[in-house]
Amino acid sequence: MPEINVTPLGAGQDVGRSCILVSIGGKNIMLDCGMHMGYNDDRRFPDFSYITQNGRLTEFLDCVIISHFHLDHCGALPYMSEMVGYDGPIYMTHPTKAICPILLEDFRKITVDKKGETNFFTSQMIKDCMKKVVPLNLHQTVQVDDELEIKAYYAGHVLGAAMVQIKVGSESVVYTGDYNMTPDRHLGAAWIDKCRPDILISESTYATTIRDSKRCRERDFLKKVHESIERGGKVLIPVFALGRAQELCILLETFWERMNLKAPIYFSTGLTEKANHYYKLFITWTNQKIRKTFVQRNMFEFKHIKPFDRSYADNPGPMVVFATPGMLHAGQSLQIFKKWAGNEKNMVIMPGYCVQGTIGHKILNGQRKLEMEGRATLEVKLQVEYMSFSAHADAKGIMQLIRMAEPRNMLLVHGEGAKMTFLKGKIEQEFSIDCYMPANGETATVSTNPSVPVDISLNLLKREMALGGPLPDPKKPRTMHGTLIMKENSLKLVSSEQALKELGLNEHQLRFTCRVQLQDPHSDSDTLHRIYTHLKSVLKGYTIQHLPDGTVMVESIVIKVSSSADDANTKVLLLSWSYQDEDLGSFLSTLLKKGLPSGLC
Amino acid sequence: MKLYCLSGHPTLPCNVLKFKSTTIMLDCGLDTTSVLNFLPLPLVHSPRLSKLPSWVSKDGAVNLEKELKECAGRVFVDSQPEFCLPEKELLDLSTIDVILISNYHCMMALPYITEHTGFTGTVYATEPTLQIGRLLMEELVNFMERVPKAQAATCWKNKEIQRMLPGPLKDAVDVWTWKRSYSMQEVNSALSKVQLVGYSQKVELFGAVQVSPLSSGYSLGSSNWIIQSHHEKVSYVSGSSLLTTHPQPMDQSSLKNSDVLILTGLTQMPTANPDGMLAEFCSNLAMTIRAGGNVLVPCYSSGVIYDLLECLYQFIDNASLGTTPFYFISPVANSSLEFSQIFAEWLCHNKQSKVYLPEPPFPHAELIQTNKLKHYPSIHGDFSSDFRQPCVVFTGHPSLRFGDVVHFMELWGKSSLNTIIFTEPDFSYLDALAPYQPLAMKCVYCPIDTRLNFHQVSKLLKEVQPLHVVCPEQYTQPPLSQSHRSDLMLELQPPPMPYRRCSVLNLPFRRRYERIYILPELANSLVPSEIKPGISVATVSAVLHSKDNKHTLQSVPKPPPAPPSKKRKRVMEEPPVVQAPKPLLSGAVPLEAFLATLKKHGITEVKVEETADGHILHLQAEDTLIQLEEDGTHIVCDNNEPLRTSLRDLVLRFLQKL
Repeated sequence: MPEINVTPLGAGQDVGRSCILVSIGGKNIMLDCGMHMGYNDDRRFPDFSYITQNGRLTEFLDCVIISHFHLDHCGALPYMSEMVGYDGPIYMTHPTKAICPILLEDFRKITVDKKGETNFFTSQMIKDCMKKVVPLNLHQTVQVDDELEIKAYYAGHVLGAAMVQIKVGSESVVYTGDYNMTPDRHLGAAWIDKCRPDILISESTYATTIRDSKRCRERDFLKKVHESIERGGKVLIPVFALGRAQELCILLETFWERMNLKAPIYFSTGLTEKANHYYKLFITWTNQKIRKTFVQRNMFEFKHIKPFDRSYADNPGPMVVFATPGMLHAGQSLQIFKKWAGNEKNMVIMPGYCVQGTIGHKILNGQRKLEMEGRATLEVKLQVEYMSFSAHADAKGIMQLIRMAEPRNMLLVHGEGAKMTFLKGKIEQEFSIDCYMPANGETATVSTNPSVPVDISLNLLKREMALGGPLPDPKKPRTMHGTLIMKENSLKLVSSEQALKELGLNEHQLRFTCRVQLQDPHSDSDTLHRIYTHLKSVLKGYTIQHLPDGTVMVESIVIKVSSSADDANTKVLLLSWSYQDEDLGSFLSTLLKKGLPSGLC
Repeated sequence: MKLYCLSGHPTLPCNVLKFKSTTIMLDCGLDTTSVLNFLPLPLVHSPRLSKLPSWVSKDGAVNLEKELKECAGRVFVDSQPEFCLPEKELLDLSTIDVILISNYHCMMALPYITEHTGFTGTVYATEPTLQIGRLLMEELVNFMERVPKAQAATCWKNKEIQRMLPGPLKDAVDVWTWKRSYSMQEVNSALSKVQLVGYSQKVELFGAVQVSPLSSGYSLGSSNWIIQSHHEKVSYVSGSSLLTTHPQPMDQSSLKNSDVLILTGLTQMPTANPDGMLAEFCSNLAMTIRAGGNVLVPCYSSGVIYDLLECLYQFIDNASLGTTPFYFISPVANSSLEFSQIFAEWLCHNKQSKVYLPEPPFPHAELIQTNKLKHYPSIHGDFSSDFRQPCVVFTGHPSLRFGDVVHFMELWGKSSLNTIIFTEPDFSYLDALAPYQPLAMKCVYCPIDTRLNFHQVSKLLKEVQPLHVVCPEQYTQPPLSQSHRSDLMLELQPPPMPYRRCSVLNLPFRRRYERIYILPELANSLVPSEIKPGISVATVSAVLHSKDNKHTLQSVPKPPPAPPSKKRKRVMEEPPVVQAPKPLLSGAVPLEAFLATLKKHGITEVKVEETADGHILHLQAEDTLIQLEEDGTHIVCDNNEPLRTSLRDLVLRFLQKL
């Protein structure tokens, strides 16, 4: 029986380093190729030696698909393609293709230039890697080869994020990447049709959360920022350059406008303007409202938000700074954090999820004393706020997606084990489908039971549909008969007669003739009529005819009567039938041997 | 399978395909050439137009002074311009399931079809087609509504009167069905029925048919369509281009193996080379400006104008036109320029890669930024204060019957310093200019039509090899004006099936097979046997399920176990339930082998008698006859059911079952 195997190399009962191997219908696909922000050693990248011990991956993978530009989904791509070795196609959407190399370069700079690591991918490798990328359009069916096809769906989450359907024959898998089921200030909601995949592989970051309404969270966020500004504090918002940052910028921009606030808002890194430009060019990937009004007013041109300079951090007075990266694990956001951490008037708002091991994760867990590099400790006095602006689906959203796609099996990745277990229970209970949650390196196997596609002759099909009606009567199903011809790769279902003709075969007629003696003191014709009446009463549901030429026909079985030469009361019945009526013929010969019941007229 | 042809215009098609119980409209083109019969709609009062004499027939019998005006020997209808709609009577339009749109020029009749006809289906189009199509419709409505004309001329349409009018009014067909422009409300309602699709997306229609748009290379988001089931494939080619302009290149290979290829939208200017025309356009433009004149370019607000602007972007500095103002005037000018920049996915590779930088794909962004190109919604407002001459103005409508272009014709027509350059191929420029005669302005005709020419299309057809080609009748003969040019027509083997307005074609299709799915349980129970080398057969008995045009075969459910009957002894007398019929038999029973088998089963006394067609075997001990022939076996056996059945099984051993 055919089966589909799913093995996470990363993101199995974990967040970060998403990399999932799927083998389906003899094809091997890698879904995402991310890095783990929480580690600086080998564990940072997925363990590709699982695929092969000796070198290059090209011959083991049919394609690689990247769901979106976040580094925990694409951060290991140049390492995988250029350092381990992969030359096959890498699929991603246009916005991902545009933004991904910028983030990779950023990440490389932080790692190599700032931290001084060697044995890391180079700028050239990022470029070479991007040359292998084939852009994907939404809903376009891309034929990877003759059998494997993929199709992208809108996932919300960040600009260009996609869910992908992978299909081989009638088997299919859907991988969600990260997605968001509610539209936000700049992106729309994820959508998929009722494609009934064999497995739906879903992220489960917020497996146990049901978040309050977005509007409440926004109000909360603005209130906190406002209060802090009022008392002269500085607000640090660590973000990734693209995505959440744009949403929060739109939010603050409109708030500043409305409240006529004067405190400066800064955005760190030179990426901002470029980032906003991407949003302008890829406006078709944003939500409906922005798309509709972009000609009149482009939401990504900000009045109040200005570029940040390192020296501003020491300026007196209140300010709001968006700084990258989002988990306080390196770069400018970390530098500013170190500067401001000692003052209780200041505030840091973490608008997204932080992986284990990062400073973001530590302070969110209430840690107030941080060990920094070089044994120094940093006392955290500033207010730490967590606002879940991360555009992930919550438990309700995940259930909603399951209802949309109607998968036969469910598989959870990109979440914490304990929370997954809870959601798994809920899914199995509510949808009565199996739910898997393999750990990294563990394989989940799902057997599929595909139907066999066959070409039926239109004559046969039409005849059957005319006779049986479109839906079979559950009490009296009509049975259709035909011959399946298997020739090379074609499967054709035709009527038996047509099969004989197509194969150039003669029909062979097999007939039986049987004489039965019977005592019946009547004239031949009366006897025949008595037989007719008798059979009529015994055989319900058969065609029985009394023909004028002195025969009785039951279906195609012929019965004739003659008197015995010796005794006029002894009748000789001649039964003749073909092999097609064998059951009935055999039954009749046995039945008539027993004689006719008296009392027949 | 049938094709209903509702439009006679080869580049503005509207056909309806009936295919496997679905009714599919292919494009919804609006024939706007009818507006050439009307007087221009001036934006500001035009003394010249209002003073035109009324037309009166020579004998004075017909006098429609309010409706008909004469200008330079031609008669024009003084009324809101009207359009020639697709035929509405050929079939019931409410039965249309879907409408497939190939490009934004071919959807202008959509509101006439989707509104007020009972249409309840879905329209499929790509996102650029929808957005730009919306702009073109918005522009059209705007052009008409901002200069409302109280009068609607109808008397001239009277058959008796029309007959007496001079040409071309006299020869206009179906004038009674001509309609005024729709309203914005109707446009919005029509476009709300559009569902967006991407190239190579497979859209299932009722489970019976799959449709899929392919890039056609002609304009932003333009598509050809594949309409197919598992065994039949129709390709609809409409407005395609192999030239490298701004759109994504044409997808040719997916058109292969079509049973029928419907071919519309070839170039209207088969003898004009687009590159040559573009060069001529530039040189005429530069010449006029240098001489101190103005240049008027009547054009649509999207499409070729992007290429013209790109060409000028490269050209103006070399030609030292850097200080000449370029104006683009249309209610949708800004939107059109903005929209062109956000459809990176639909652009040619070169432009696509620009957004990765990130830079706008079209250079007109830079022309706007450097103030070389300015755009205005109309001649009113800001434009009147910014207006400097000499200048270049791009504005619509290319028919010269409405839109801001009318104003510039009145303004510049009298001076021979100015030039009008026609680039759109949809209207004959002489007809377009007729109501402005006499005219001093220079006229240059450089129609740029990037659609396939006859040479390209024959090459394409040779490559994709459709079994049959259907096309407008115009493509099956050389153009009237160049009747000797047999290279300006389609010559194919078998010859293409021509259509004209109101044709109903029976497409040559023989459907013989349909896809059906055998459920795994049934598939596993089948027993194949090899009949010839490489060919196996299996008899299938199954229950057919047909739902949503999908067919599946399931195993026959096992009858419920018979309830324990008290009348045990009567069981034998129950007639057999109607069961699976026996398989058909094939092959022959070889005599020697059969005799040997009989012997093995203890039947030794066999007398063999040769007959004309075979042998008769007399089993003497059993008093039974077996007649063996090439294609038949007859067993005559009395009163010995066990013997008969065992003989039957012995015979069956030698035969193949189907």
